[in-house]
Amino acid sequence: MNAIEVEALEKTYPKGIRALDGVSFAVCEGEVFGLLGPNGAGKSTTVKILATLTTADAGRAVVAGRDVRVDANAVRQVIGYVPQQSGVDREATGRENLTLQGRIQGRRGPALRRRVEELLERLDLTAAADRLVKTYSGGMKRRLDIGLGLVHDPAVVYLDEPTTGLDPEARVAMWAELERLVQEERLTVLLTTHYLEEAERLTDRLAIVSRGAVVVEGTPDALKSSLRGDAVTVELGERSAEAAAGIVAALAGVEEAQAHERVLRARVADGRKAVPEILSALEAGGIAVATVTVARPSLDDVYMRFTGRDFRAEDEAST
Amino acid sequence: MLGRQGRALMRQPIWIAILIVEPIVWITLFSQLFRRIVELPGFETDSYIQFLTPGIVVMAAFFSASWSGWNMLMDHDRGVLERFLATRVSRFAIVVSQVLRSSIIGVIKALLLVGIAHALGARVTAGFAGWLVLLLAAALISSVFAGISHTIALVVRSQDTLVAFVSFYALPLTFFSTSLIAEELMPVWMQWAARFNPVNWAVMAARETMSTTTDWSAIGFWLGLLVAGSVATALLATHAFRSYQRTL
Repeated sequence: MNAIEVEALEKTYPKGIRALDGVSFAVCEGEVFGLLGPNGAGKSTTVKILATLTTADAGRAVVAGRDVRVDANAVRQVIGYVPQQSGVDREATGRENLTLQGRIQGRRGPALRRRVEELLERLDLTAAADRLVKTYSGGMKRRLDIGLGLVHDPAVVYLDEPTTGLDPEARVAMWAELERLVQEERLTVLLTTHYLEEAERLTDRLAIVSRGAVVVEGTPDALKSSLRGDAVTVELGERSAEAAAGIVAALAGVEEAQAHERVLRARVADGRKAVPEILSALEAGGIAVATVTVARPSLDDVYMRFTGRDFRAEDEAST
Repeated sequence: MLGRQGRALMRQPIWIAILIVEPIVWITLFSQLFRRIVELPGFETDSYIQFLTPGIVVMAAFFSASWSGWNMLMDHDRGVLERFLATRVSRFAIVVSQVLRSSIIGVIKALLLVGIAHALGARVTAGFAGWLVLLLAAALISSVFAGISHTIALVVRSQDTLVAFVSFYALPLTFFSTSLIAEELMPVWMQWAARFNPVNWAVMAARETMSTTTDWSAIGFWLGLLVAGSVATALLATHAFRSYQRTL
């Protein structure tokens, strides 16, 4: 059974802002599924609908077999929602935050106490458990936020931009933390992010969202392979790029070769096989080579390919 | 949910200190300032503190309850509310825990005030039941104004606007009541307006317990109005909360 099924969700906000324009995707049990897109693509709105905080104008969403519109209360019991903006109570301790959240979700007594203890341990908050949250660092608060979403062993966890607002060091630490948690707690996760690197590192499958709709869906590797091949960049010793491009373009397995001043860029089916061939062909042609790099296409390239727009430019334009 | 509110308050020592000192300051200031007012006709007692105590009890309760919407706005700003709403916690409990907290604060203040007034010579003439009525009046008026405060807070969703509203209505509502002055000394149009003022309902109920003869049917009438008022403002606040949810 799919943990989450989303079909053609539409939502327009009061001022005529079209947030969702037919979003559809499905998340399997036990996987980490990513919604990747620039700010304003509709990721958070989708998560809010799945968390029963708001309703869609059209379309259907089912979480763990329960319809979010018809059976909102049943959905609330099986989800753990970690919102983009921290929802911790600053005037309470970490332990109190977790305990109250557990009680709200219907957990009681020694079982809840053990669960809180276990989470504090896993989130590395045991030492700070009885300190007021307002004394916590940003990373600690974020870890507590995640704990609040996990305290009742939910069937599905929503992580809405889990590392936004953290400095790069804390972000990398959080990634390691999340990877470990997903293992230890065997979580099903819906993760939204506008960091390509984060989606690549954490998700099993992902959907690229742009302007309220899913543009393409698949595993990070499959998406990148769909661009077919690797990018080879050769820096030449002299300004003989035009001749080099002619030589390389004639090779088998090379789909495209372009030259600009001293740099030759080629798109090849398989970088590992192509590089030695390119190098020997250039040597035979008497052209000296300074450096060679092979790169798998990045999710940036995927985004560009499927939306025709540059990810970073889009992300910055909407913030 | 109520436990969370309680713990947050106990962690603020300055808040507790003010909670205790404020009634003392009020009762001594007012009773000194207006001491000779009882020489005017219309007061049935010649001790102003005897007259004033119920008024101050109600005033203290309704002032502090008027600010209670602030807490809801803090929870809104800090994302706590959104976190609660994604759980199965009863929506009713989110609102009612805030109202109950206000009522409990109102009762604590009432106990302190009546205790101080007792030390200064004021007496609750209606005995134990009279004390209960006083505390109940404080609890109910707190609940009425906690409901109003939350309604305003959830509609305007700005702490500054809430402050403006509360500052605007707090003193006029006090003056449109018999908190500080006997009914006969008020202009007739103000007497008339006071009948629609929940603050006055609470004062009227509370004062019966400290007058020479206690009219229990009057107490019943005023407390009944207060219960109706509490229910009405609680419904209003719940309604405001629902429309708040819809805008998320």
